[in-house]
Amino acid sequence: MANYLIKRLLMLFPLLLGITLITFTVIHLAPGEPVEMQTAMSPKVSAQARARLREFYGLDKPLHVQYGMWLSNLAHLDFGRSFAPDNRPVLDKIKERIPITISLNVIALILEFGLALPIGILAAVHRDTLLDRAISVFVFAGFAVPTFWLALLCMYFFGVKLNWLPISGIHSLGSDALPTLARFWDLAKHLLLPISIATFGSLAGLSRYMRSTMLEVLSQDYITTARAKGVRERVVIYRHALKNALLPVITLLGFSLPALIGGSVIFETIFSIPGMGQLFYQGVMARDYPLVMGILVIGAGLTLVGNLLADLCYAVADPRIRHGRG
Amino acid sequence: MNGPLREFWERFSANRFALAGLWVIALLFLLSFAASFITPYDPDAIDAWHVLLPPSAEHWFGTDELGRDVLTRVIFGARVSLKVGFVAVGIAVAVGTVVGLFAGFYGGWVDSVLMRIVDIMLCFPTFFLILAVIAMLEPSIWYIMVIIGLTGWMGVARLVRAEVLSLKSRDFISAARVLGASDRRIIFRHILPNALSPVLVSATLGVAGAILTESALSFLGIGVQPPTPSWGNILTSGKDYIEFAWWLSLFPGVAILVTVLSYNLVGEGIRDALDPRRQR
Repeated sequence: MANYLIKRLLMLFPLLLGITLITFTVIHLAPGEPVEMQTAMSPKVSAQARARLREFYGLDKPLHVQYGMWLSNLAHLDFGRSFAPDNRPVLDKIKERIPITISLNVIALILEFGLALPIGILAAVHRDTLLDRAISVFVFAGFAVPTFWLALLCMYFFGVKLNWLPISGIHSLGSDALPTLARFWDLAKHLLLPISIATFGSLAGLSRYMRSTMLEVLSQDYITTARAKGVRERVVIYRHALKNALLPVITLLGFSLPALIGGSVIFETIFSIPGMGQLFYQGVMARDYPLVMGILVIGAGLTLVGNLLADLCYAVADPRIRHGRG
Repeated sequence: MNGPLREFWERFSANRFALAGLWVIALLFLLSFAASFITPYDPDAIDAWHVLLPPSAEHWFGTDELGRDVLTRVIFGARVSLKVGFVAVGIAVAVGTVVGLFAGFYGGWVDSVLMRIVDIMLCFPTFFLILAVIAMLEPSIWYIMVIIGLTGWMGVARLVRAEVLSLKSRDFISAARVLGASDRRIIFRHILPNALSPVLVSATLGVAGAILTESALSFLGIGVQPPTPSWGNILTSGKDYIEFAWWLSLFPGVAILVTVLSYNLVGEGIRDALDPRRQR
């Protein structure tokens, strides 16, 4: 186990390096420069001023030098300064946006697993019954529905038509003056739609997966043996089968992270939630290189750590890895 | 049809849902090819007198904020979605297959390097990566297809690699080697055809994913640019007029839903038909 842990931790470095390399390449291969965005609008900007601006941002140096500089700054957790007029450190900008995105995604993730696993197990246990069919229909709808469209419909129905829920932002105007409980209620009302839709969108894949692993486990010989010995069906399913069927699901925990973070762009743009997704969208539109690269590295880094944690949980849960060669 | 193909088709067509999905996709292709013959309206014709009309006998899906017929634009939008799905997945499958073949066949450091690249790529929130690249390029449907393809090959690579690893030690491969077959011949003649079936399933499901991604990009305004209609960008104006014109938001979304659903059903159908153990 200790060997396994050390090996995995050592692997982090080349992977992180790869993440920075891909991020840098992707952003710098694209034609066009941020300076153009800032200067193209005003014909008064002279060629000298443009050159000065490029020099100021370090864009006049060869690519590998730029990468080296960026990387060594990253090593000190310096993500550079935003190209936006406010010119603030990228890390500060991300720091103030990340909590809302992370908490939204964590709540959605908890709901997703809390709902999808029972749904999948139910479908597998009651295989080929009406219940299983109904769940299948729901699952396929969940797979196919574009989440941004669902968000749009819910905004229309619950926000405009019924006027039950607010459809943008995370606070009502003047909510700061409210007492704590009312303020929390206000926040919850704002987040209900985005969180439910995010959860619904990811529910399908996971519950389908749970159903198929559960079915696979239920067809194993030791389950047949247990049944033949006269063990009650409940015990067979919840004691013998469930534990083994849950094992592969752990790995999925790590994998659901990038999808959720990626989806936050869409939710935060639609519902005007001031999170990392919205920041990224704004950064991309303004060609704010340091900001875009910073968010890409942090997003991928978070996933890397998530995957590592998931794999470690798996290793702890699976005795074959725990006691094996690793 | 010869033996295995016939058997596959019999199994596939026994699945009513998969068959229905196939019919819907065929119909969509037909509609999008024949778009100009089916509808009397021009998808781009602006008509200031008939702005934001609700669905009627003349305009089944209503009209948009510029008086254009929404049904016509949805039909023309199908062209974009179908094309994006096909080309993007074609690219993803090509890249993924090559990477998977090399990694699995050569093993050793080739395998380690390629699979670490896969691991790294999988860390990125794909939509972020796509967004970053697309927004920096000139808006073009070709870029969109290429970028979606280049960020979606990792799953295929893993599948093909796993398949190659399990095939590599089989007797018929050793036999081919003993007979003096070159690496290239073994890879392309003996291993590739056998590794294709899981790829087919993942490709069909991938088409559905690519269509969803394109519609989201177009919805955000960085995908297919107006006036070219795509389901995503019709929904953009749907969002702006949602308080007055529900039809602008409803129909393109249903079109996406039905198309993606059909591809998913076909994909699942192929999987079940290829794998005799997975009976429904």
